[in-house]
Amino acid sequence: MPEKDRYKYSNREMMAIAAAREVKNGDIVFCGTGISMLAAMAAKNINAPLSTIFFETGAIDAKLEELPLAVADSRVMYKTAVNGGLAEAFATMQNRFTGSRVVGILGAAQIDIYGNLNSTAIGDYRQPDVRFSGSGGACDVASFVNRTIIFMQHEKRKFVKKLDYFTSPGWIDGPAGRKKAGLPPGGPAAVITNLGVMRFDRNSKRMYLAATYPGITSAEIQAETGFDLDSERAEEFTPPTAHELRILRERCDPQGLILKTPS
Amino acid sequence: MNSRDDKVTTLDRAINLLVPDGCHLSIGGFTINRNPMAAVYEVIRQRKKELHLYAHSNGQGVDELIGGGCVKRLEIAYAGSGRFAPTCIRFRKAVENGTLEVEDYSNFQMTLRFMAGAMGVPFLPTRSGLGTDIIKKWGFSEDLRTADEKLPDRKLAIIDNPFGNWSETPKLVLVPAINPDVTIIHVQQADKRGNARIQGLTFADVEQAKAARHLIITCEELVEEEFMRQEPDRNQISFLNVDAVIHIPWGAYPTACYRHYDYDPDHLNRYRAAAADEFRYRTYLEEKVFNLKDHREFIAQTNSEQLKKLIADPETGYAKALKRSGE
Repeated sequence: MPEKDRYKYSNREMMAIAAAREVKNGDIVFCGTGISMLAAMAAKNINAPLSTIFFETGAIDAKLEELPLAVADSRVMYKTAVNGGLAEAFATMQNRFTGSRVVGILGAAQIDIYGNLNSTAIGDYRQPDVRFSGSGGACDVASFVNRTIIFMQHEKRKFVKKLDYFTSPGWIDGPAGRKKAGLPPGGPAAVITNLGVMRFDRNSKRMYLAATYPGITSAEIQAETGFDLDSERAEEFTPPTAHELRILRERCDPQGLILKTPS
Repeated sequence: MNSRDDKVTTLDRAINLLVPDGCHLSIGGFTINRNPMAAVYEVIRQRKKELHLYAHSNGQGVDELIGGGCVKRLEIAYAGSGRFAPTCIRFRKAVENGTLEVEDYSNFQMTLRFMAGAMGVPFLPTRSGLGTDIIKKWGFSEDLRTADEKLPDRKLAIIDNPFGNWSETPKLVLVPAINPDVTIIHVQQADKRGNARIQGLTFADVEQAKAARHLIITCEELVEEEFMRQEPDRNQISFLNVDAVIHIPWGAYPTACYRHYDYDPDHLNRYRAAAADEFRYRTYLEEKVFNLKDHREFIAQTNSEQLKKLIADPETGYAKALKRSGE
């Protein structure tokens, strides 16, 4: 390993960088609270300076001098192109001219093999064992935009055969799923976890293992996944570079608000 | 709506008059920003019961109303306070204990529902949610919906596009209008007739305000009408919709008010800790709500050094370099 690459990084840093690398110049990046915001900031500062950070609250092209702790944080309002409201923000994603350029970054409590998400409840919906926040804008984003990137903690109880509650649409039940439901084209592109990166097969739309982080085997990932995960195509993930880590730590989250606090 | 020239009143009177037990209430703001907290505490202090509450993504205000025992039913998209409580704690406990009935929608669906109410149409269409449990699973039963004349008989409806495949859209979700009995929002500036100006993101406050039968506005600054009319392009709500105006500096505290003050990370962290424990939460309610006369007393009691740290920097609109890490 070359000298410059010899350093330590946390799982969370790896995840933020993995997601940042998915963002391209020209993308409009929808992000939520926490690590997804950090990933969007990292992309903008490292590999996609011409991407636009966009919040469901109505902030377009937020400058983010400081890391917001909620999508309604006053920090998202500073020097935007436009400060609007929810109605315009979601309309921008439902509008096919602009919506097709949006990359949504989402997280969830459960995911299935087609990238459908649960962020509402575990157990019976009306009498849940565990209740979460609910959709927020996640269902809207997942319904409308061209591409989503999903953050997950990789655990068997979270990668499930059947969701307890289906909050946000992925590929639904296969290649024809979204069309049958009446949804626009597009869907999940990548799932980024603390163990590796998953993608979706072009034909079947089923999740497969695309990359393992250094030191993690595909067998270990399968053991934490509640459905069969094809690992034929798995490669080893290129770890974050010193440059990526420096920007992430010093520019994006110098107070360690996301990188150093438990989720 | 009323046509008085001077709608300035006290919060005590406005809540007493316009928020009866069992009414359908909507509050503005989003997670930890510009929640009408002074009004929320006054609703709790007056021990209002059985409220039917509407919000889109609301954190602190919704959680305190639930924790204060005021809410029977909730229609919402997201109950969270950002990093301070990714799922609101009293909300979560109430749902898991079966003491709160919830109907889930998405943020855009809730926004459209308020917009429909504001526009005077029974529903608006969207493509959001097709194929999901937001369509299939209802929190309120059909019986409850049929029995309660203030609720639509259906959570929502799916239709085939009546214009064929126009806009390449075969199907649509119709979400029903909301017309709350009363909406409460907190704004940066208002005059005594009720013309109001929100700075920064408006969230869905304007739709929520215009959908309501009655509107209570709390404001950081009560300004002359002439001042509001010098730059009317910056005003979002006119006097036509407004019933009561109450001047309450720090009226959104402990949530943020852009260009005035930041959220209080210390208070929100302490709230989270108290909310997780029944005994501590009772104590919190007694000390911070019931035993205090009003919001002014709550603010006066809050550490003035800490409040100073929260005052917004004039350039950015928030408190720069505020210590925000958890306890």
